[in-house]
Amino acid sequence: MSIDLQTVKKIASLSRISVTDAEAEAMVPEFNNILGWVEQLGEVDVTGVEPMTAVIPNHQRLRVDAVTDGNVRDKVLANAPQAEHGFFAVPKVIE
Amino acid sequence: MTNLTDLTVAEIRDGFRAGDFSAREVATSFNANVAAAKALNAFIVETPEKALEAADAADKAKAAGETLGALSGVPIGMKDLFCTEGTQTTAASHMLEGFVPTYESTVSGKLWAAGAGMLGKLNLDQFAMGSSNETSYYGNVISPWRRAGGDNAALAPGGSSGGSSSAISARLCPAATGTDTGGSIRQPAAFTGISGIKPTYGRCSRWGIVAFASSLDQAGPMARTVRDNAILLEVMAGFDPKDSTSLDLAVPQWEANLSSDLRGKTVGIPKEYRPDGLNAEISAMWDRGIAWLKDAGAEVVEVSLPHTKYALPTYYIIAPAEASSNLARYDGVRYGQRDLPDGAGLQDMYAATRAAGFGPEVKRRIMIGTYVLSAGFYDAYYTQAQKVRALIARDFELAFETCDILLTPTAPSAAFALGEKQADPLAMYLNDVFTVPASLAGLPAMAVPGGLDSAGLPIGLQIIGKALDEQTVLNASLAIEERSGFAARPDKWW
Repeated sequence: MSIDLQTVKKIASLSRISVTDAEAEAMVPEFNNILGWVEQLGEVDVTGVEPMTAVIPNHQRLRVDAVTDGNVRDKVLANAPQAEHGFFAVPKVIE
Repeated sequence: MTNLTDLTVAEIRDGFRAGDFSAREVATSFNANVAAAKALNAFIVETPEKALEAADAADKAKAAGETLGALSGVPIGMKDLFCTEGTQTTAASHMLEGFVPTYESTVSGKLWAAGAGMLGKLNLDQFAMGSSNETSYYGNVISPWRRAGGDNAALAPGGSSGGSSSAISARLCPAATGTDTGGSIRQPAAFTGISGIKPTYGRCSRWGIVAFASSLDQAGPMARTVRDNAILLEVMAGFDPKDSTSLDLAVPQWEANLSSDLRGKTVGIPKEYRPDGLNAEISAMWDRGIAWLKDAGAEVVEVSLPHTKYALPTYYIIAPAEASSNLARYDGVRYGQRDLPDGAGLQDMYAATRAAGFGPEVKRRIMIGTYVLSAGFYDAYYTQAQKVRALIARDFELAFETCDILLTPTAPSAAFALGEKQADPLAMYLNDVFTVPASLAGLPAMAVPGGLDSAGLPIGLQIIGKALDEQTVLNASLAIEERSGFAARPDKWW
Protein backbone atom coordinates (compact mmCIF):
# COMPACT_ATOMS: atom_id res chain seq x y z
CA MET A 1 0.00 0.00 0.00
CA SER A 2 1.39 3.35 -0.97
CA ILE A 3 0.93 6.62 0.86
CA ASP A 4 0.34 9.83 -1.07
CA LEU A 5 0.66 13.48 -0.20
CA GLN A 6 -2.98 13.77 0.75
CA THR A 7 -2.66 10.88 3.22
CA VAL A 8 0.42 12.44 4.83
CA LYS A 9 -1.48 15.68 5.30
CA LYS A 10 -4.41 13.79 6.81
CA ILE A 11 -2.09 11.97 9.25
CA ALA A 12 -0.49 15.28 10.18
CA SER A 13 -3.92 16.74 10.85
CA LEU A 14 -4.95 13.73 12.97
CA SER A 15 -1.66 14.09 14.86
CA ARG A 16 -2.32 17.81 15.42
CA ILE A 17 1.01 18.74 13.85
CA SER A 18 0.97 21.49 11.23
CA VAL A 19 3.19 20.73 8.26
CA THR A 20 4.10 22.82 5.23
CA ASP A 21 3.59 21.41 1.75
CA ALA A 22 7.34 20.96 1.39
CA GLU A 23 7.58 19.08 4.69
CA ALA A 24 4.66 16.85 3.76
CA GLU A 25 6.18 16.07 0.37
CA ALA A 26 9.48 15.08 1.99
CA MET A 27 7.60 12.74 4.31
CA VAL A 28 5.90 10.78 1.50
CA PRO A 29 8.94 8.67 0.49
CA GLU A 30 10.06 8.33 4.15
CA PHE A 31 6.70 6.98 5.23
CA ASN A 32 6.47 4.67 2.25
CA ASN A 33 9.91 3.34 3.05
CA ILE A 34 9.11 2.65 6.70
CA LEU A 35 5.60 1.31 6.11
CA GLY A 36 6.76 -0.82 3.19
CA TRP A 37 9.31 -2.36 5.51
CA VAL A 38 6.91 -3.07 8.40
CA GLU A 39 4.42 -4.64 6.01
CA GLN A 40 6.55 -7.81 6.02
CA LEU A 41 4.71 -8.65 9.26
CA GLY A 42 1.75 -9.58 7.08
CA GLU A 43 3.55 -12.76 6.01
CA VAL A 44 3.69 -14.16 9.57
CA ASP A 45 1.13 -16.89 10.28
CA VAL A 46 -0.68 -15.72 13.41
CA THR A 47 -3.53 -18.21 13.28
CA GLY A 48 -4.81 -18.76 16.80
CA VAL A 49 -2.40 -16.25 18.36
CA GLU A 50 -3.85 -13.74 20.79
CA PRO A 51 -2.41 -10.20 20.61
CA MET A 52 -0.05 -9.59 23.52
CA THR A 53 -1.48 -7.47 26.30
CA ALA A 54 1.19 -7.76 28.99
CA VAL A 55 4.82 -8.86 28.71
CA ILE A 56 5.08 -9.98 32.33
CA PRO A 57 2.00 -11.55 33.93
CA ASN A 58 0.74 -9.07 36.48
CA HIS A 59 -2.64 -8.75 38.09
CA GLN A 60 -4.51 -5.49 38.18
CA ARG A 61 -4.46 -4.16 41.69
CA LEU A 62 -7.39 -2.53 43.41
CA ARG A 63 -7.03 0.14 46.02
CA VAL A 64 -9.40 1.66 48.49
CA ASP A 65 -11.62 4.21 46.77
CA ALA A 66 -10.33 7.12 48.79
CA VAL A 67 -8.75 10.45 48.00
CA THR A 68 -4.99 10.12 48.52
CA ASP A 69 -3.70 13.35 47.07
CA GLY A 70 -4.89 16.72 45.86
CA ASN A 71 -4.86 20.27 47.15
CA VAL A 72 -1.89 21.03 44.94
CA ARG A 73 -3.55 23.42 42.49
CA ASP A 74 -0.65 25.81 42.35
CA LYS A 75 1.80 22.99 41.67
CA VAL A 76 -0.41 21.67 38.88
CA LEU A 77 -0.54 25.12 37.31
CA ALA A 78 3.11 25.98 37.93
CA ASN A 79 4.30 24.98 34.46
CA ALA A 80 1.26 26.12 32.45
CA PRO A 81 2.05 28.45 29.55
CA GLN A 82 -0.90 30.55 30.70
CA ALA A 83 -2.79 30.19 33.96
CA GLU A 84 -5.42 32.62 35.19
CA HIS A 85 -7.58 32.69 38.32
CA GLY A 86 -6.51 29.16 39.22
CA PHE A 87 -7.33 27.72 35.80
CA PHE A 88 -5.52 26.76 32.61
CA ALA A 89 -6.20 29.45 30.03
CA VAL A 90 -6.77 28.63 26.36
CA PRO A 91 -7.89 30.61 23.30
CA LYS A 92 -11.62 31.20 23.01
CA VAL A 93 -13.34 27.97 21.89
CA ILE A 94 -16.96 29.15 21.63
CA GLU A 95 -17.84 31.93 19.22
CA MET B 1 46.79 10.19 45.75
CA THR B 2 44.19 8.19 43.86
CA ASN B 3 42.39 10.00 41.12
CA LEU B 4 38.90 9.93 42.62
CA THR B 5 37.17 10.15 39.24
CA ASP B 6 38.78 6.85 38.19
CA LEU B 7 37.06 4.98 41.02
CA THR B 8 34.04 2.75 40.57
CA VAL B 9 30.82 3.22 42.52
CA ALA B 10 31.79 0.36 44.83
CA GLU B 11 35.25 1.87 45.43
CA ILE B 12 33.78 5.31 46.16
CA ARG B 13 31.19 3.85 48.52
CA ASP B 14 33.72 1.73 50.38
CA GLY B 15 36.51 4.32 50.40
CA PHE B 16 34.16 6.96 51.75
CA ARG B 17 33.02 4.63 54.51
CA ALA B 18 36.60 3.70 55.36
CA GLY B 19 37.51 7.38 55.62
CA ASP B 20 40.02 7.31 52.73
CA PHE B 21 38.43 10.48 51.37
CA SER B 22 35.40 12.66 52.04
CA ALA B 23 32.24 12.73 49.97
CA ARG B 24 32.92 16.40 49.31
CA GLU B 25 36.30 15.57 47.76
CA VAL B 26 34.61 13.07 45.46
CA ALA B 27 31.85 15.48 44.42
CA THR B 28 34.33 18.29 43.85
CA SER B 29 36.47 16.07 41.61
CA PHE B 30 33.56 14.99 39.46
CA ASN B 31 32.14 18.52 39.31
CA ALA B 32 35.50 19.66 37.93
CA ASN B 33 35.48 16.95 35.26
CA VAL B 34 31.93 17.86 34.25
CA ALA B 35 32.80 21.55 34.01
CA ALA B 36 35.83 20.80 31.84
CA ALA B 37 34.00 18.57 29.35
CA LYS B 38 31.66 20.96 27.57
CA ALA B 39 32.96 19.66 24.23
CA LEU B 40 31.15 16.36 24.81
CA ASN B 41 27.80 18.12 25.38
CA ALA B 42 26.81 15.27 27.69
CA PHE B 43 24.83 17.43 30.11
CA ILE B 44 21.82 19.65 29.42
CA VAL B 45 21.90 21.08 32.95
CA GLU B 46 24.82 20.84 35.39
CA THR B 47 23.98 20.79 39.08
CA PRO B 48 27.29 20.95 40.97
CA GLU B 49 25.50 22.43 43.97
CA LYS B 50 23.23 19.37 44.23
CA ALA B 51 26.24 17.07 44.16
CA LEU B 52 27.92 19.08 46.92
CA GLU B 53 24.75 19.25 48.99
CA ALA B 54 24.39 15.45 48.97
CA ALA B 55 28.10 15.06 49.67
CA ASP B 56 27.95 17.37 52.66
CA ALA B 57 24.94 15.49 53.99
CA ALA B 58 26.90 12.23 53.61
CA ASP B 59 29.98 13.64 55.35
CA LYS B 60 27.83 14.96 58.17
CA ALA B 61 25.97 11.67 58.58
CA LYS B 62 29.26 9.79 58.70
CA ALA B 63 30.75 12.17 61.24
CA ALA B 64 27.66 11.77 63.41
CA GLY B 65 27.89 7.99 63.19
CA GLU B 66 24.51 7.71 61.50
CA THR B 67 23.55 4.79 59.27
CA LEU B 68 24.72 5.55 55.75
CA GLY B 69 22.64 4.98 52.63
CA ALA B 70 23.63 2.43 49.99
CA LEU B 71 24.94 5.26 47.79
CA SER B 72 26.15 7.71 50.43
CA GLY B 73 29.04 9.71 49.03
CA VAL B 74 28.40 8.65 45.41
CA PRO B 75 27.57 11.34 42.83
CA ILE B 76 25.75 10.22 39.67
CA GLY B 77 24.34 11.60 36.44
CA MET B 78 20.58 11.63 35.82
CA LYS B 79 19.23 11.12 32.31
CA ASP B 80 17.05 14.14 31.51
CA LEU B 81 14.03 11.89 31.05
CA PHE B 82 13.51 11.56 34.83
CA CYS B 83 11.48 14.32 36.45
CA THR B 84 13.56 16.01 39.11
CA GLU B 85 11.79 18.36 41.48
CA GLY B 86 13.02 21.91 41.04
CA THR B 87 15.45 21.04 38.22
CA GLN B 88 14.51 21.50 34.57
CA THR B 89 13.47 18.28 32.82
CA THR B 90 13.27 18.48 29.03
CA ALA B 91 13.53 14.98 27.50
CA ALA B 92 15.99 16.84 25.23
CA SER B 93 13.03 18.55 23.54
CA HIS B 94 12.15 22.15 22.81
CA MET B 95 8.60 21.22 23.85
CA LEU B 96 9.64 20.87 27.50
CA GLU B 97 12.24 23.63 27.55
CA GLY B 98 11.84 25.42 30.87
CA PHE B 99 9.68 22.68 32.41
CA VAL B 100 10.56 22.47 36.09
CA PRO B 101 8.80 19.49 37.69
CA THR B 102 7.05 20.02 40.99
CA TYR B 103 7.59 16.37 41.85
CA GLU B 104 10.34 13.75 41.77
CA SER B 105 10.30 10.53 39.73
CA THR B 106 10.17 7.41 41.88
CA VAL B 107 13.50 6.06 40.62
CA SER B 108 15.45 9.31 41.04
CA GLY B 109 13.83 9.80 44.44
CA LYS B 110 15.05 6.37 45.56
CA LEU B 111 18.59 7.21 44.43
CA TRP B 112 18.64 10.50 46.36
CA ALA B 113 17.13 8.80 49.40
CA ALA B 114 20.01 6.29 49.27
CA GLY B 115 22.46 9.16 49.52
CA ALA B 116 23.43 9.68 45.87
CA GLY B 117 24.07 13.23 44.67
CA MET B 118 23.13 14.69 41.29
CA LEU B 119 25.91 15.99 39.04
CA GLY B 120 23.43 17.10 36.40
CA LYS B 121 20.80 16.17 33.84
CA LEU B 122 22.20 14.15 30.97
CA ASN B 123 21.52 14.78 27.31
CA LEU B 124 19.68 12.15 25.25
CA ASP B 125 17.85 11.64 22.01
CA GLN B 126 14.72 13.77 21.96
CA PHE B 127 11.98 11.95 23.92
CA ALA B 128 14.41 8.98 23.91
CA MET B 129 13.78 8.44 20.19
CA GLY B 130 17.05 7.71 18.43
CA SER B 131 20.12 5.52 18.42
CA SER B 132 22.90 8.08 18.02
CA ASN B 133 21.99 11.08 20.18
CA GLU B 134 21.56 13.25 17.09
CA THR B 135 17.92 14.15 17.72
CA SER B 136 18.42 16.23 20.89
CA TYR B 137 17.21 19.82 20.68
CA TYR B 138 20.28 20.71 22.75
CA GLY B 139 22.78 19.41 20.22
CA ASN B 140 24.58 16.13 19.58
CA VAL B 141 26.39 14.35 22.36
CA ILE B 142 29.92 13.45 21.27
CA SER B 143 31.53 10.18 22.26
CA PRO B 144 34.86 10.58 24.07
CA TRP B 145 36.15 7.72 21.89
CA ARG B 146 37.97 8.33 18.61
CA ARG B 147 39.14 5.89 16.00
CA ALA B 148 42.80 4.97 16.17
CA GLY B 149 45.18 6.38 13.61
CA GLY B 150 44.43 10.09 13.87
CA ASP B 151 40.89 9.97 12.46
CA ASN B 152 39.23 12.68 14.52
CA ALA B 153 35.69 12.14 13.24
CA ALA B 154 33.15 12.79 15.98
CA LEU B 155 31.59 9.46 16.91
CA ALA B 156 28.10 8.69 18.16
CA PRO B 157 27.87 7.74 21.86
CA GLY B 158 24.80 5.66 20.97
CA GLY B 159 21.26 6.47 21.95
CA SER B 160 19.04 7.28 23.42
CA SER B 161 21.04 7.31 26.69
CA GLY B 162 24.03 8.90 24.92
CA GLY B 163 24.71 11.59 27.50
CA SER B 164 24.88 8.86 30.14
CA SER B 165 27.26 6.66 28.13
CA SER B 166 29.51 9.53 27.07
CA ALA B 167 29.73 10.95 30.60
CA ILE B 168 30.54 7.62 32.23
CA SER B 169 33.23 6.61 29.74
CA ALA B 170 34.78 10.09 30.00
CA ARG B 171 34.84 9.84 33.83
CA LEU B 172 32.40 12.73 34.30
CA CYS B 173 30.37 10.47 36.59
CA PRO B 174 30.93 6.97 37.97
CA ALA B 175 27.41 5.88 37.05
CA ALA B 176 24.18 7.24 35.61
CA THR B 177 20.59 6.34 35.02
CA GLY B 178 19.39 5.27 31.63
CA THR B 179 16.11 4.18 30.15
CA ASP B 180 15.68 1.45 27.59
CA THR B 181 12.73 1.10 25.22
CA GLY B 182 14.39 -0.81 22.38
CA GLY B 183 18.05 -0.77 23.38
CA SER B 184 18.60 2.74 24.74
CA ILE B 185 20.75 1.54 27.65
CA ARG B 186 22.51 -1.37 25.98
CA GLN B 187 23.53 0.09 22.61
CA PRO B 188 25.09 3.29 24.07
CA ALA B 189 26.88 1.15 26.67
CA ALA B 190 28.31 -1.01 23.88
CA PHE B 191 29.40 2.03 21.85
CA THR B 192 31.36 3.51 24.76
CA GLY B 193 32.85 0.46 26.45
CA ILE B 194 30.73 0.48 29.61
CA SER B 195 28.02 -1.79 31.09
CA GLY B 196 24.31 -1.27 31.49
CA ILE B 197 21.33 -3.40 32.39
CA LYS B 198 17.70 -3.16 31.40
CA PRO B 199 15.88 -5.09 34.12
CA THR B 200 12.70 -7.12 33.67
CA TYR B 201 9.78 -4.92 32.63
CA GLY B 202 8.09 -3.76 35.83
CA ARG B 203 11.15 -3.92 38.13
CA CYS B 204 11.69 -0.15 38.09
CA SER B 205 8.80 2.24 38.44
CA ARG B 206 8.00 4.34 35.37
CA TRP B 207 6.35 7.01 37.50
CA GLY B 208 7.81 10.41 36.76
CA ILE B 209 9.78 9.24 33.71
CA VAL B 210 8.75 11.09 30.54
CA ALA B 211 6.84 8.38 28.67
CA PHE B 212 7.79 7.15 25.20
CA ALA B 213 6.32 3.65 24.72
CA SER B 214 4.84 2.53 28.01
CA SER B 215 4.75 -1.22 27.38
CA LEU B 216 8.48 -1.17 26.63
CA ASP B 217 10.02 1.65 28.72
CA GLN B 218 12.24 0.48 31.59
CA ALA B 219 14.76 2.39 33.66
CA GLY B 220 18.11 0.87 34.49
CA PRO B 221 21.63 1.77 35.56
CA MET B 222 24.76 2.34 33.48
CA ALA B 223 28.26 2.17 34.94
CA ARG B 224 31.73 0.85 34.25
CA THR B 225 31.43 -2.46 36.09
CA VAL B 226 28.85 -5.19 36.58
CA ARG B 227 29.07 -4.78 40.36
CA ASP B 228 28.25 -1.07 40.09
CA ASN B 229 25.21 -1.89 38.00
CA ALA B 230 24.05 -4.37 40.65
CA ILE B 231 24.50 -1.75 43.38
CA LEU B 232 22.46 0.87 41.52
CA LEU B 233 19.76 -1.49 40.33
CA GLU B 234 19.08 -2.62 43.90
CA VAL B 235 18.34 0.98 44.80
CA MET B 236 16.33 1.80 41.66
CA ALA B 237 14.08 -1.30 41.63
CA GLY B 238 11.07 -1.98 43.80
CA PHE B 239 7.31 -1.88 43.90
CA ASP B 240 5.56 1.43 43.35
CA PRO B 241 1.79 1.67 43.66
CA LYS B 242 1.91 4.76 41.42
CA ASP B 243 2.85 2.62 38.40
CA SER B 244 0.14 0.13 37.45
CA THR B 245 2.69 -2.15 35.75
CA SER B 246 5.14 -2.12 38.68
CA LEU B 247 5.86 -5.62 39.95
CA ASP B 248 4.98 -6.19 43.61
CA LEU B 249 8.08 -8.24 44.37
CA ALA B 250 10.92 -7.97 46.85
CA VAL B 251 14.17 -6.61 45.41
CA PRO B 252 16.83 -9.36 45.38
CA GLN B 253 20.29 -8.77 46.83
CA TRP B 254 21.96 -8.75 43.46
CA GLU B 255 25.31 -7.41 44.62
CA ALA B 256 25.72 -9.85 47.51
CA ASN B 257 24.84 -12.77 45.23
CA LEU B 258 27.24 -11.89 42.43
CA SER B 259 29.19 -14.94 41.31
CA SER B 260 31.02 -15.60 38.08
CA ASP B 261 30.93 -19.35 38.64
CA LEU B 262 28.57 -20.53 35.90
CA ARG B 263 28.84 -24.28 36.54
CA GLY B 264 25.43 -25.85 36.06
CA LYS B 265 24.23 -23.01 33.82
CA THR B 266 23.46 -23.41 30.14
CA VAL B 267 24.02 -20.59 27.66
CA GLY B 268 21.93 -20.48 24.49
CA ILE B 269 23.37 -19.09 21.27
CA PRO B 270 20.49 -17.99 19.04
CA LYS B 271 21.40 -18.90 15.49
CA GLU B 272 19.17 -16.19 13.98
CA TYR B 273 21.43 -13.53 15.53
CA ARG B 274 24.21 -14.53 13.15
CA PRO B 275 22.83 -13.40 9.80
CA ASP B 276 24.82 -13.49 6.59
CA GLY B 277 26.95 -10.40 6.42
CA LEU B 278 27.34 -9.99 10.18
CA ASN B 279 30.39 -7.79 10.81
CA ALA B 280 33.39 -10.15 11.11
CA GLU B 281 34.79 -8.44 14.19
CA ILE B 282 31.42 -8.58 15.96
CA SER B 283 31.19 -12.24 15.05
CA ALA B 284 34.71 -12.94 16.37
CA MET B 285 33.89 -11.11 19.61
CA TRP B 286 30.82 -13.27 20.00
CA ASP B 287 32.97 -16.40 19.63
CA ARG B 288 35.33 -15.09 22.31
CA GLY B 289 32.33 -14.53 24.57
CA ILE B 290 31.23 -18.11 24.06
CA ALA B 291 34.70 -19.33 25.03
CA TRP B 292 34.71 -17.11 28.15
CA LEU B 293 31.38 -18.46 29.36
CA LYS B 294 32.54 -22.03 28.77
CA ASP B 295 35.65 -21.20 30.76
CA ALA B 296 33.37 -20.01 33.58
CA GLY B 297 31.83 -23.45 33.68
CA ALA B 298 28.72 -22.98 31.54
CA GLU B 299 27.46 -25.38 28.92
CA VAL B 300 26.75 -23.83 25.53
CA VAL B 301 23.93 -24.93 23.23
CA GLU B 302 22.52 -23.54 20.01
CA VAL B 303 18.93 -22.34 20.21
CA SER B 304 16.46 -20.96 17.70
CA LEU B 305 14.35 -17.80 17.95
CA PRO B 306 12.56 -18.15 14.62
CA HIS B 307 10.67 -14.83 14.68
CA THR B 308 13.76 -12.69 15.27
CA LYS B 309 13.67 -11.05 11.85
CA TYR B 310 10.20 -9.68 12.61
CA ALA B 311 11.19 -8.03 15.88
CA LEU B 312 12.30 -4.71 14.40
CA PRO B 313 9.24 -4.14 12.20
CA THR B 314 7.06 -5.16 15.16
CA TYR B 315 8.85 -2.66 17.37
CA TYR B 316 8.53 0.12 14.80
CA ILE B 317 4.76 -0.32 14.82
CA ILE B 318 4.22 -0.73 18.57
CA ALA B 319 6.64 1.93 19.82
CA PRO B 320 5.36 4.71 17.51
CA ALA B 321 1.76 3.70 18.22
CA GLU B 322 2.30 4.09 21.95
CA ALA B 323 4.33 7.26 21.41
CA SER B 324 1.55 8.86 19.38
CA SER B 325 -0.77 8.28 22.30
CA ASN B 326 1.68 9.26 25.07
CA LEU B 327 2.83 12.43 23.35
CA ALA B 328 -0.72 13.63 22.77
CA ARG B 329 -0.36 15.30 26.17
CA TYR B 330 1.91 18.00 24.73
CA ASP B 331 -0.80 20.40 23.68
CA GLY B 332 0.45 23.76 24.87
CA VAL B 333 -2.10 23.91 27.67
CA ARG B 334 -0.81 22.29 30.85
CA TYR B 335 2.97 22.47 30.56
CA GLY B 336 5.72 23.02 28.04
CA GLN B 337 5.81 25.33 25.07
CA ARG B 338 2.83 27.05 23.53
CA ASP B 339 2.78 28.52 20.05
CA LEU B 340 -0.26 30.72 19.56
CA PRO B 341 -0.34 32.38 16.13
CA ASP B 342 -2.36 35.60 15.89
CA GLY B 343 -6.06 34.86 15.86
CA ALA B 344 -5.53 31.12 16.23
CA GLY B 345 -8.20 28.91 17.77
CA LEU B 346 -7.58 25.94 20.02
CA GLN B 347 -6.97 23.41 17.22
CA ASP B 348 -4.58 25.77 15.44
CA MET B 349 -2.74 26.30 18.70
CA TYR B 350 -2.30 22.54 19.18
CA ALA B 351 -0.96 22.07 15.65
CA ALA B 352 1.37 25.09 15.81
CA THR B 353 2.65 24.15 19.28
CA ARG B 354 3.42 20.59 18.24
CA ALA B 355 5.01 21.66 14.94
CA ALA B 356 7.36 24.01 16.79
CA GLY B 357 7.97 21.85 19.86
CA PHE B 358 8.83 18.46 18.33
CA GLY B 359 11.90 17.57 16.26
CA PRO B 360 11.68 15.69 12.95
CA GLU B 361 12.20 12.16 14.35
CA VAL B 362 9.57 12.70 17.05
CA LYS B 363 7.08 13.98 14.47
CA ARG B 364 7.86 11.04 12.22
CA ARG B 365 7.14 8.54 14.98
CA ILE B 366 3.98 10.28 16.18
CA MET B 367 2.65 10.31 12.63
CA ILE B 368 3.60 6.69 11.90
CA GLY B 369 1.90 5.76 15.16
CA THR B 370 -1.17 7.78 14.31
CA TYR B 371 -1.36 6.05 10.93
CA VAL B 372 -1.05 2.48 12.23
CA LEU B 373 -3.73 3.17 14.85
CA SER B 374 -6.12 4.92 12.48
CA ALA B 375 -9.48 3.51 11.43
CA GLY B 376 -9.12 0.86 8.74
CA PHE B 377 -5.43 0.16 9.46
CA TYR B 378 -5.49 -0.77 13.15
CA ASP B 379 -5.90 -4.51 12.65
CA ALA B 380 -3.51 -4.79 9.72
CA TYR B 381 -0.71 -3.04 11.57
CA TYR B 382 -1.19 -2.76 15.32
CA THR B 383 -3.12 -5.95 16.10
CA GLN B 384 -0.87 -7.93 13.76
CA ALA B 385 2.20 -6.49 15.50
CA GLN B 386 0.87 -7.43 18.94
CA LYS B 387 0.28 -10.98 17.69
CA VAL B 388 3.80 -11.23 16.28
CA ARG B 389 5.05 -9.80 19.56
CA ALA B 390 3.36 -12.71 21.36
CA LEU B 391 5.19 -15.11 19.01
CA ILE B 392 8.52 -13.39 19.70
CA ALA B 393 7.93 -13.75 23.45
CA ARG B 394 7.02 -17.42 22.93
CA ASP B 395 10.28 -17.98 21.02
CA PHE B 396 12.15 -16.88 24.15
CA GLU B 397 10.00 -19.06 26.42
CA LEU B 398 10.73 -22.12 24.30
CA ALA B 399 14.45 -21.32 24.13
CA PHE B 400 14.60 -20.95 27.90
CA GLU B 401 13.35 -24.52 28.26
CA THR B 402 16.84 -25.63 27.20
CA CYS B 403 19.03 -22.81 28.53
CA ASP B 404 19.29 -20.25 31.34
CA ILE B 405 20.59 -17.23 29.45
CA LEU B 406 21.32 -16.15 25.90
CA LEU B 407 24.57 -14.63 24.65
CA THR B 408 24.44 -12.32 21.61
CA PRO B 409 26.21 -9.24 20.26
CA THR B 410 24.78 -5.94 21.56
CA ALA B 411 24.98 -3.90 18.36
CA PRO B 412 25.75 -4.84 14.75
CA SER B 413 28.82 -2.58 14.64
CA ALA B 414 31.08 -0.41 16.74
CA ALA B 415 30.19 3.29 17.06
CA PHE B 416 29.60 5.07 13.76
CA ALA B 417 30.41 8.68 12.98
CA LEU B 418 27.84 11.37 13.66
CA GLY B 419 25.91 12.15 10.50
CA GLU B 420 26.71 8.80 8.93
CA LYS B 421 23.27 7.25 9.29
CA GLN B 422 21.10 10.27 9.83
CA ALA B 423 19.88 10.63 6.27
CA ASP B 424 18.01 7.34 6.29
CA PRO B 425 15.71 6.71 9.28
CA LEU B 426 15.43 3.05 8.36
CA ALA B 427 19.22 2.48 8.43
CA MET B 428 19.26 4.02 11.91
CA TYR B 429 16.44 1.73 13.08
CA LEU B 430 18.46 -1.35 12.08
CA ASN B 431 20.97 -0.54 14.82
CA ASP B 432 18.55 -1.97 17.36
CA VAL B 433 18.34 -5.39 15.71
CA PHE B 434 19.91 -7.31 18.62
CA THR B 435 18.38 -5.32 21.48
CA VAL B 436 14.74 -4.94 20.43
CA PRO B 437 13.63 -8.59 20.78
CA ALA B 438 14.32 -8.71 24.55
CA SER B 439 12.49 -5.39 24.94
CA LEU B 440 9.41 -6.74 23.17
CA ALA B 441 9.43 -9.74 25.53
CA GLY B 442 10.10 -7.63 28.66
CA LEU B 443 13.20 -9.66 29.53
CA PRO B 444 16.25 -8.50 31.50
CA ALA B 445 19.25 -7.86 29.26
CA MET B 446 22.69 -6.46 29.89
CA ALA B 447 25.47 -5.03 27.75
CA VAL B 448 29.03 -5.69 28.84
CA PRO B 449 32.24 -4.67 27.03
CA GLY B 450 34.22 -7.41 25.31
CA GLY B 451 37.16 -5.62 23.76
CA LEU B 452 38.26 -3.21 21.06
CA ASP B 453 37.89 -3.67 17.32
CA SER B 454 40.67 -3.04 14.80
CA ALA B 455 39.82 0.68 14.78
CA GLY B 456 40.33 0.82 18.54
CA LEU B 457 36.64 1.17 19.36
CA PRO B 458 34.76 -0.80 22.02
CA ILE B 459 32.48 -3.65 21.03
CA GLY B 460 30.29 -5.49 23.46
CA LEU B 461 28.26 -8.53 24.24
CA GLN B 462 24.68 -8.87 25.40
CA ILE B 463 23.29 -11.31 27.95
CA ILE B 464 19.53 -11.89 27.88
CA GLY B 465 17.91 -13.68 30.81
CA LYS B 466 14.62 -15.16 31.90
CA ALA B 467 12.03 -12.80 33.32
CA LEU B 468 13.02 -11.76 36.88
CA ASP B 469 16.36 -13.55 36.66
CA GLU B 470 18.60 -10.48 36.67
CA GLN B 471 20.99 -12.41 38.92
CA THR B 472 22.06 -14.87 36.25
CA VAL B 473 22.32 -12.02 33.74
CA LEU B 474 24.61 -10.11 36.10
CA ASN B 475 26.63 -13.23 36.94
CA ALA B 476 27.25 -14.16 33.31
CA SER B 477 28.18 -10.55 32.57
CA LEU B 478 30.61 -10.65 35.49
CA ALA B 479 32.18 -13.82 34.08
CA ILE B 480 32.74 -11.98 30.79
CA GLU B 481 34.04 -8.88 32.53
CA GLU B 482 36.59 -10.91 34.51
CA ARG B 483 37.83 -12.73 31.42
CA SER B 484 37.85 -9.90 28.90
CA GLY B 485 40.05 -7.80 31.17
CA PHE B 486 38.57 -4.78 29.42
CA ALA B 487 40.36 -1.72 30.77
CA ALA B 488 40.54 0.49 27.69
CA ARG B 489 39.49 4.12 28.08
CA PRO B 490 39.34 7.01 25.67
CA ASP B 491 42.36 9.29 25.47
CA LYS B 492 41.38 12.70 26.78
CA TRP B 493 41.03 15.26 23.96
CA TRP B 494 38.08 17.30 25.27
